[in-house]
Amino acid sequence: MATEGATQPAETFSPIFGRLTLDWIPYHEPILVATFAGVALGGLIFLALMTYFKAWGPLWTNWVTSIDHKKIGIMYMVLGFVMMVRGFADALMMRAQQALAAGGAEGYLPPHHFDQVFTAHGVIMIFFVAMPFVTGIMNYVMPMQIGARDVAFPFLNNFSFWMTVAGALLINISLFIGEFARVGWLAFPPLSGPSFSTGPGMDYYLWALQIAGIGTTLSGINLVATIFKMRARGMKLFDMPVFTWTALCTNVLIVAAFPVLTATLALLTMDRYLGTHFFTNDLGGNAMMYVNLIWIWGHPEVYILILPIFGVFSEIVATFSGKPLFGYKTMVWATACIMVLSFVVWLHHFFTMGSGANVNTFFGITTMIIAVPTGVKIFNWLFTMYNGRVRFELPMLWVIGSIVTFTIGGMTGVLLAVPPVDFQLHNSLFLIAHFHNVIIGGVVFGVYAAVAYWWPKAFGFKLHDGWGKASFWFWFVGFYFAFMPLYALGLIGATRRVASYSDPAWQPYFITAAFGALLIAAGIACTFICFGYSIYKRKSLAVGNDPWDARTLEWATQSPPQYYNFPQEITVHGRDEFWEMKRRGFTFSTLYTPIHMPKYTGMGAIISAVCLVFGFAMVWYMWWLAIITFLAAIGLGIAHTFNYNRDYYVPTDEIAEIEGKGASV
Amino acid sequence: MTMIDTPVTGKVEGPAGPAHHPDHHHESPTPIGFWIYLMSDCIIFGCLFAVYAVLGGNYAGGPAPKDLFEPGFVAIETALLLISSVTFGIAMLQAQKQKLDATITWLLVTGLFGLGFIGMELYEFHHLIHIGAGPDRSGFLSAFFALVGTHGLHVTGGIIWLGTLIVQLKMHGLIEANMRRLSTLSMFWHFLDLVWIGVFSFVYLVRLV
Repeated sequence: MATEGATQPAETFSPIFGRLTLDWIPYHEPILVATFAGVALGGLIFLALMTYFKAWGPLWTNWVTSIDHKKIGIMYMVLGFVMMVRGFADALMMRAQQALAAGGAEGYLPPHHFDQVFTAHGVIMIFFVAMPFVTGIMNYVMPMQIGARDVAFPFLNNFSFWMTVAGALLINISLFIGEFARVGWLAFPPLSGPSFSTGPGMDYYLWALQIAGIGTTLSGINLVATIFKMRARGMKLFDMPVFTWTALCTNVLIVAAFPVLTATLALLTMDRYLGTHFFTNDLGGNAMMYVNLIWIWGHPEVYILILPIFGVFSEIVATFSGKPLFGYKTMVWATACIMVLSFVVWLHHFFTMGSGANVNTFFGITTMIIAVPTGVKIFNWLFTMYNGRVRFELPMLWVIGSIVTFTIGGMTGVLLAVPPVDFQLHNSLFLIAHFHNVIIGGVVFGVYAAVAYWWPKAFGFKLHDGWGKASFWFWFVGFYFAFMPLYALGLIGATRRVASYSDPAWQPYFITAAFGALLIAAGIACTFICFGYSIYKRKSLAVGNDPWDARTLEWATQSPPQYYNFPQEITVHGRDEFWEMKRRGFTFSTLYTPIHMPKYTGMGAIISAVCLVFGFAMVWYMWWLAIITFLAAIGLGIAHTFNYNRDYYVPTDEIAEIEGKGASV
Repeated sequence: MTMIDTPVTGKVEGPAGPAHHPDHHHESPTPIGFWIYLMSDCIIFGCLFAVYAVLGGNYAGGPAPKDLFEPGFVAIETALLLISSVTFGIAMLQAQKQKLDATITWLLVTGLFGLGFIGMELYEFHHLIHIGAGPDRSGFLSAFFALVGTHGLHVTGGIIWLGTLIVQLKMHGLIEANMRRLSTLSMFWHFLDLVWIGVFSFVYLVRLV
């Protein structure tokens, strides 16, 4: 497949393997063979180490089957970081290609491969990096912030996570068996329809997102129910920490927006599998309807990513300024405003589609209005820091870097919200620079801030400061090197998704951007070194239960928290409850009562594995396997409902023993 | 660190406390969780209704609703589903009186009405495809099959759930967990009824006028 032209094997069909033939294994693509060798080698080493240390049993009993929201949260973060390496490898390939392919040069990636790379990069970074990150943080932190022992539906939580993993695995399988879609991350038809995307790549896209999307929707339902039903006694809605508020708004957005994605992708799937005419060019289809539907999901999606991060900033800024958050209520209302407004701006993604001046004006204005509540938040953080004793520890560094970068990205966003300007900049690299500016500057930096902030809670020791700060500075400087040139390129006419370009004057900008990507690569390397080195030095980095002198209830637990979080129920009297508890000199009573906890189960992982096989079978038209796995998934789900024995009580002497080793607070 | 039971927050539900479940002041989150699920499902149907609104007139030279739909047939279909909601309501009343056999009987009746509805729908689909008005014929028919078919899939899922629950009722009786499952299934069933009223008005009635 290295040569242009014959990009796809001939379409054949066998009853057993469907359309999968040996020609779909890309052994003639040196890049993929080398990647496969690397992955296989790493995988073998991993398997060998796991076997050597007899870690399979503990992995299954302590992690895979775990319904503990904290462990699931950590597993989401692991998934996010692993997939970030995959998505970032795609980014490096694109930067290298565009740094080379100037003035008629072809670079090293043929267009059909380049197209797969940018599609995979977008899909992976949004669905399998950013989403697991924010879901993981919400999963880990939110239940403890409201004084709960777990989420409302612990089994569902485990199932949601493994469905996300199944989707991520399906995308990675496409790297070595077959191909991935070449359509851009939102797969607009008719390009993504049956006439123009004939291979399995587009079907990998659909089934991976559909399987992961089920997990995301269920997780959204779960966390909304958790916030409404599982709060500690006495905690009113306006006593909730701001992070919990943002988690509530985020999950309301998930519940409202992800069904649209599910429906839209299902319709496109029917176009591809059943020959329907939803988005086709002929027989009454309407491709513009797809663009509308997908962005009705897509725009709330970006707020699903950023709102929890706003919550993270609010927690960290208040903690490291030693003050209550400035303007708590305005923060809550600003979050709620953004939640609502995020549903009335979707058309700004396609002003150029020709909806007319009036429609474009409406959506341009609503888009600009969103900047107002966002500005309220920025000023609230600034006023929280004002006159506070700001401690520039690692989490605070990420937050400040993030606020600065995000604000710049927000301003270029307001620029793009002006329809006449957008007609010039639509689909240019200016747009690419804008959304990376808000997603890297906002979401990724915010996730790093959250990891640095809650790491000591999760593991009992801080991250190593030197490596953490090295990671920050490489990321921060690297970001500006990588994306400021793209703004300039966009203004001089460079469009997105081009494998090569004719104007050699663009090349210096692309080389600068590639240099920035290398700096970010160094930042990512520092991140992993930081994790490894901190784990190695965990004895000397060990800290107590409340290392930052924080304000919210998750810090009232042990570090790391026990599986039941709190040895006894908390009664909440107001905002910043933990701060008040410290002021009152609160300690937990030793008069324990039995704690009601859910039991672990492997069913979530098993059903998800079956769904993964189902997705693979559908991609390759292996109908017999698809039918079997579909029935198996439903059968296993029903079988699980026959298990009535799902919870137990932790006896008081066990609690006393655990608490005796290291008391909370 | 000393362990002091501070009076401010140290209220402990110990053995001397009130006699309800220890550490259990939360009521079940299942009803609200299921409501939220129904709302998300409602949005899927909302999308399909919107798609039908956009594509519903795109016949592409093929058959139009007037050529395809028989009001009498759809009226019977609708009646079956509406009656099944009533019988489910009766089953719930029996369950609240803790009458196991009557509950199961009325659930079976409900399931039979549901099966009748699905049977009629399958017959209609088969008939349409047979006369060349399948989902691949036009944008209108794609949207029609997607909307009505998704509803039908939901009803089928509801019937499977109903059967499962009847077995579980026979195994464990009307215990708290089963009562919760009954009431969520009943919400699901009535929800599908409501969606069908939308389908009936929006797809069958409007286009026939």
